[in-house]
Amino acid sequence: MPRKTMIEAIRDAMDVSMGRDERVVVFGEDVGYFGGVFRCTAGLQQKYGKTRCFDAPISELGIVGAAIGMAAYGLRPCVEVQFADYVYPAYDQIVSEAARLRYRSNGEFTCPIVIRMPTGGGIFGGQTHSQSPEALFTHVSGLKVVVPSNPADAKGLLIASIEDPDPVIFLEPKRLYNGPFDGHHEKPVTPWSKHALGEVADGHYAEPLGKAAIRRAGSQLTVLAYGTMVYVAEAAAEETGIDAEIIDLRTLLPLDLDAIVASVQKTGRCTVVHEATLTSGFGAELAALVQRHCFYHLEAPVMRVTGWDTPYPHAQEWDYFPGPARVGRAFVETMEA
Amino acid sequence: MTQGAPLSLHVPEPEVRPGGTPDFSNVPIPKAGSVPLPPVDVDPKDIRELAYSIIRVLNREGEAVGPWAGTLTDAELLEGLRHMMTLRTFDARMQMAQRQGKTSFYMQHMGEEAVSCAFRKALSPGDMNFPTYRQAGLLIAGGYPMVEMMNQIYSNERDPLKGRQLPIMYSAKDFGFFSISGNLATQFIQAVGWAMASAIRNDTKIAVGWVGDGSTAESDFHAALVFASTYRAPVVLNIVNNQWAISTFQGIARGGSGTFAARGLGFGIPALRVDGNDYLAVHAVAKWATERARKNLGPTLVEYVTYRVGAHSTSDDPSAYRPKEESSVWPLGDPVLRLKAHLIKLGAWSEERHKQAEAEILDAVISAQKEAESHGTLHAGGKPSVRDMFEGVYAEMPPHLRRQRQQAGV
Repeated sequence: MPRKTMIEAIRDAMDVSMGRDERVVVFGEDVGYFGGVFRCTAGLQQKYGKTRCFDAPISELGIVGAAIGMAAYGLRPCVEVQFADYVYPAYDQIVSEAARLRYRSNGEFTCPIVIRMPTGGGIFGGQTHSQSPEALFTHVSGLKVVVPSNPADAKGLLIASIEDPDPVIFLEPKRLYNGPFDGHHEKPVTPWSKHALGEVADGHYAEPLGKAAIRRAGSQLTVLAYGTMVYVAEAAAEETGIDAEIIDLRTLLPLDLDAIVASVQKTGRCTVVHEATLTSGFGAELAALVQRHCFYHLEAPVMRVTGWDTPYPHAQEWDYFPGPARVGRAFVETMEA
Repeated sequence: MTQGAPLSLHVPEPEVRPGGTPDFSNVPIPKAGSVPLPPVDVDPKDIRELAYSIIRVLNREGEAVGPWAGTLTDAELLEGLRHMMTLRTFDARMQMAQRQGKTSFYMQHMGEEAVSCAFRKALSPGDMNFPTYRQAGLLIAGGYPMVEMMNQIYSNERDPLKGRQLPIMYSAKDFGFFSISGNLATQFIQAVGWAMASAIRNDTKIAVGWVGDGSTAESDFHAALVFASTYRAPVVLNIVNNQWAISTFQGIARGGSGTFAARGLGFGIPALRVDGNDYLAVHAVAKWATERARKNLGPTLVEYVTYRVGAHSTSDDPSAYRPKEESSVWPLGDPVLRLKAHLIKLGAWSEERHKQAEAEILDAVISAQKEAESHGTLHAGGKPSVRDMFEGVYAEMPPHLRRQRQQAGV
């Protein structure tokens, strides 16, 4: 099977979708002629023309608001917000409009849009190129929230998101664009071409939304992770020698609760890891669900390893990012509790 | 370096507050018929003055004059009068129903009936409006059943929106009426997106965005103008300037700019300003702007100069912030009375027929109301089911919502 980077897989997903369905349009800042600041839309304008893939003014609310209008007409827009850190001007359009349109119109109007946005830190992005705002979207009824962690999933999940009848927030961990990253910033990065999940099937396939994947089967501890933290958790399990079961959630909303419950009921312990800040982060929802559904199986409190409750700093990158050492300590603590 | 005088902040104030004598003598009203009619493919630069004037057709004598006159037949004008009278009667009955506790909330159109009723007649089947909460004339003039509107207002068992929406937040796709949102101005940019989609698909349908004077201050307004201008979207962007945003006079949103229409000029969008209480002028301008959109000539920005005669909503008391008699001295008068006078002048109408029409319309509205009330009102009779509360959040109900629905015992 051909190997692709996550960037190439995401571009492939849009290419396949645009080729199959004329209603799919792609636009955003620098997305058209130039092909995107991360190259995720390279070549699409040339292949499908300026009315299918085009550059947009620097207005996130304009991009999302226009996409909602297009979706109400009957198109399937897949739009890009250059960084998740810049989605806030579009927040009203996403929360008040995209998420509510089907409900408030009793299905007369629907909003099948995808809003792609690079997310996450670990790249010296500082305050406005590193944020993980997923909890701002998982709190909104009517949205779906997806975070892929590898090229194969990225393609399948993006195709599924474009085909989904509801609005999808598609968060792409930019730290994983070119290769997996386990938090060991001192080591050179391995490219996706050397990783099994870099194998991306040609043509059309979709990964169902709402289904988690077990990345590492284990018996002692369940780890709930997504995006970059999947690889950090794998490294931490390796380095601590703890037989952790690592679940890559892939879709945060709707959540694969069955997979989580089955694993925790087996292991009796659970650690949640995410890059986003702790307080009211998505980890709080996960921890609450685990204690509610697995209370009699739990042998230790559910731990959370996350970014600190501070804005994402620049110089202190590796003291902020929950790397394998910090995640490993949490594993040990959970085992000893 | 010289020390300047202390700075001071300018906060605009309306001319008159409660207790004062209302005075619109500072509002320049050009003579009917005095504004030229440009070709629809005009270069926006050549009609800049139209953003500062007011297109008017009906003069004080009730005659239709000037180049914008003549877009409607007598029969169409009579139909327009009936639409405006129906909307006014509908408003009065629903206002009363709210006071009687049959619903929680209502918003009237008093004084603004011509804007949405006349605009609607320039649209074709398939075109889509993105209205605010004060354009129900689009539904009345578009033939949407009043009973359905009332069912929505009463949140009863026949409510097309299943009791999920606040009263008057209608949705009527088949009638070219996009779902109303409580969040102001959001639909203005969505209208542009809808129009872009129509252009992308090489369709022939156009979109119409609606916004009030106050909401032009929202960022969505500016995004809409940028996108409409950049992509030459087939959209008409309507600003209904009724002088008031709840208690805030239009100067707070407009600032030092000459008019709301003038905002279009900086975006290279042709901008017109029209007498919003002149049914003939509104229709003529709507026809011009929709024709531009249909010919792929791009967007048009239109400011309708009118006055919000009623309270902002059933939760508002305007006497707390403006003189009670202000609407009676509004220089553009009442849209219903002006069209009535014109039709009488034409010999197509009379005081007697008007009275008779008023009675017929009242009967029709009351009979619709009786039918709607037979399906329930907010606190009595038939209701939407509690199950409906959980439906329609997504196309398919996800597991967590199924669990919650079970928990709710439905």
